[in-house]
This record gives sequence, structure tokens and C-alpha cells, in this order.
Amino acid sequence: MPSCARHTWEEVNMVKPVLKLENLSSFIGAFHIVQGVSLDVFPGEAVVILGRNGAGKTTTLRTIMGLLRVAGGVIELAGETILGLPAHQVARRGVGYVPEDCIVFNFLTVKENLQIAMRKADKETYARQSYALDLFPDLKKAYSRYAATLSGGQRQMLAIARVLQNDNKIILIDEPSKGLAPIIVERVGEALITMKNSCTLILVEQNFPLACAVGDRYYILNGGRSVHSGHVTELANDVQLQNRFLSIGA
Amino acid sequence: MDTFLILLVNGLADASLIFLMAAGLSIILGMMGVLNFAHGTMFLWGGYTSVWIMARTGSFWLGALGAVAVGALMGLVFERLFVRPAYGKVTAQILITLGLMIVFTDLARLLWGATPLPALRPAVLDGMVAVGGVRIAEYRIFLIIIGVLVAIGIHALINRTRIGMVMRAGVQSPEMVQALGIDISRYFTLVFAGGAALAALGGALYVPLVGSVWSGMGMENQILAFIVVVVGGMGSFIGTAAGSLLLGLMGTFVAWFFPPAAVVANVLLMAVVLVWKPAGLFGLEGK
Repeated sequence: MPSCARHTWEEVNMVKPVLKLENLSSFIGAFHIVQGVSLDVFPGEAVVILGRNGAGKTTTLRTIMGLLRVAGGVIELAGETILGLPAHQVARRGVGYVPEDCIVFNFLTVKENLQIAMRKADKETYARQSYALDLFPDLKKAYSRYAATLSGGQRQMLAIARVLQNDNKIILIDEPSKGLAPIIVERVGEALITMKNSCTLILVEQNFPLACAVGDRYYILNGGRSVHSGHVTELANDVQLQNRFLSIGA
Repeated sequence: MDTFLILLVNGLADASLIFLMAAGLSIILGMMGVLNFAHGTMFLWGGYTSVWIMARTGSFWLGALGAVAVGALMGLVFERLFVRPAYGKVTAQILITLGLMIVFTDLARLLWGATPLPALRPAVLDGMVAVGGVRIAEYRIFLIIIGVLVAIGIHALINRTRIGMVMRAGVQSPEMVQALGIDISRYFTLVFAGGAALAALGGALYVPLVGSVWSGMGMENQILAFIVVVVGGMGSFIGTAAGSLLLGLMGTFVAWFFPPAAVVANVLLMAVVLVWKPAGLFGLEGK
């Protein structure tokens, strides 16, 4: 699996961001949900987006993916604007997306779910697919089964494996722990930590320990705006900040 | 026994025609979420086109081919110009497609007149064959064979090709398909045009069976196709095939054994299925 260059926190400021959002604003129907989100994600980083329910985390990811109407702001992928592009073009430019509720296609087998998501059918893609299947051995066993027969954890693994097989500049993962049993969350968390070594990630996560285990830096959203950012270790030690924005402190 | 065999063949032939019309409608509704009330127009124009070409060339086969081409072209234009702006807007879809149905039905009436035109069976299929001592119209057997061949073709397309894979995935979540880097709008156009072509083929094959083509036949047969979609479950190939068989056979047998119920039998069946399985016999719950 080809790996991205990783950088120290100090080096990060010297490198151009893979993804840059500036004052992003978007709507769901008539509702103005994202009202000013700015963030940078640098190569090899895992950035977690935190915030209470309704803060605009999922909507931010969906806006990046081109699934929602953008009202204003900047979205740049590796220095090029992707603002207003339809979702399939955003994906083709190298944005992998694992949605909330891990939508996998029930009437396709595991193999077909992987096949349909392959953007190229070259050696490298098959090598990455093989890596993804090594990461999630359950999928190997269920390779010919319909996705409808998979458990919640296996569906999440399939949704992640689906994006891992492509050569992405960045992968957006939305609440991978949602609705999963603690033991499965642990396994998904281990996989995400392994993925960190080879991918640039944005992770939206309500499970604070998991977010801390995976993330390098964080952004907190509140009322559709990015209101705070920093290093995850700082947030983990700052109960006051957690209480203020996340309501998860002791 | 003879009566049973004749009714069975008649029912299967009707089921084939219903299937040709309902298959496209079901996939368009299941995958694209489009309530296409203009689907019957393709059936109508398929019928008129085939009769028009046959009158000029004498070839039933050229007529059928021309009908398929006209249906596909109409589907392509309808999707690009009228349906695409209405994705996700059910009320707009109903109004637009109903409007198209009315306009293109009137256009057909303008071009070919209000009087039904005669439609002939091809000479090679105009005879009768003896099956188990019972004489059965060759054309009905031909319709059954076409229905089976089309069903096998669609089944192979859905289950053995990338287009089919995208269609199966698109029935569940077109948005997720798009987010994987697939331009689903191209597949939408393809599915819409393909569905329209099938309906037009249905129209072309239907008119020689009943002996004429008239401007009201699109709407009349479209209702049957909608009932099949409700009974079978939208977007389900198996459901469409099963629903078509059920309606075709039931229509024929009820009309023979209990004629007064012939008109209401389909609607009653739909009501029962809706109460028992609201998503249809093979439909996707929650769609």
C-alpha cells in the first residue's frame, strides 16, 4: 500500500494542505446548516471534526463531497477548487467517502460492492484492495455473500474497504462507530489507526476516545461554524474545553 | 383441459406484453425515483410507428425495429429535457410526465387521425399451430418467446454487467453511487431510454394482436403497468416479471370464468398486496 508522507506538527505549517475549506456555507433544502467552516488538512494527517449533534459535521462532509448545494466559501483539493463540482467528479479527483450509516449496496455481493467502487482496474488498485481485505479479514470470508447478509460491523468494514482500494488524496469518514458494539468499535478503531499510516483522513466522530486515538488534530464545530481547533492531545487534557463545546467532560 | 391450455397461452402472451411495458417503468421508478406517467406514450408511439413503417415497407420486423428506435429516442429526449430538471420533485414529475402524455397522445392523433388504424400480423406468424390437439395462434406463442427472451436479456444485463451492477446499486442509493465516482446521470439516461424502447416494442407487438392502433391505447395499458409495479415492487426485476405473469394470467382466467369481475380484479389484487406488503411482493422496504 503506497503511503502518504507524514509530517510533524511543526512541519505541517510548511506544507500545502490537501484539503482547504474557507468560510464554507451550505444548505439542506431551505435550512442554512453550515454557516462558516474553515479548516486545513495536511498530507498524512488525521483530522477529527467534533461537535454536538446538529453542529454541521455530517453536512460539512456532504458539502465537500458535492452532495449539497454550496452557498459560498472555498473548497480546495490539493490547491485546485472543487467547489460546485458534482459528487462523481469530486470522488474522481481523489476524495474517498464513507458515509454515516455505512451505506453499502445490499443487492450486490461484497465482491461487487468493491468492484463498483473501483475507479481504475489496475495492479495498484488490486494491491490496495488486497491490503483492505487483509485489514478486514471478515470481508474475505464473506466475499461472495450479498451485503444484505452482513452484520453492522462488517458493513462498516466494507464501506471503509471500498474507499481504501482507490488512490485517494483524502478519505472522509463519517461516524464509523455509530451503532456498533464496543468490541466492533475497537476493531474499526484499530483499522483506522492502521489506515492513518497510509492515508490522509477526516474523521467525524462522536466517540471521543476513538476520535482521540485516531486523530492528530481536531476542529470543533458549533452552530455550523468552526469555533476551535488544535492538537488532539491538548483537547484530551482540557476538560473545560470538552465541557464547553462537547459536553463530555467529567 | 383444452380451454385451460388456450387460456394459459393467452395469459402468458398478455403477460409478455405487460412485462415489456412494466419493466422499464419499474426500473425508472425504483432507480431514478421518477413517476413516469409518460411511459404509455412510448407504447402508443411504438404502435403507431410500427404500423406506419409496415404500411410503407411491408415489413413487420422493420416496423418493430423502427418502433424501438423511436421509443429510445423519445426516452432520451424526455429524460434530458423534461425529466432531469424534476429529479427529486415528485409533484413536478407527475405534472410534467402527465403533460407529456397528453401532448404526445394528441400529437399522435394529429398525425394519424382519431380513427383506429388496422395493424396486421406478419404473414409468417399469422397461422395456427396445434399444441396437444389444441389450435393456438402462432403470434401468441411468438409473444411468449419474445417476453422470455427479453426477460432473460434483462436478467443477464442486471446480473452480469457493470451497467446492471450500477442499476442494482442505484435502486438502493443513487447518491452513494455518485459519491463513488460514477456519473449516475448517464445511467439514468440509458435506463430511461432503454425502458422507453421496451415500452415501444411492447406497443409494436401489441397492435397486431388486437388488430388496430388507436390513440387511447397508451393510457389504457399504462395503468396495467403501474399495477404491476405496485404488485411486484418497484425496481425489482423478479417482482416485475412475477407481477406481469400474475396480471396476465389472472386477467385471462377471470375474464373467462367470471367476466363481471374482469374489470375490478386487477385493482382488487393491487389493494390486497398493498395491505399485505406495502412495498410490493418483491419490493425494497423503505424505498
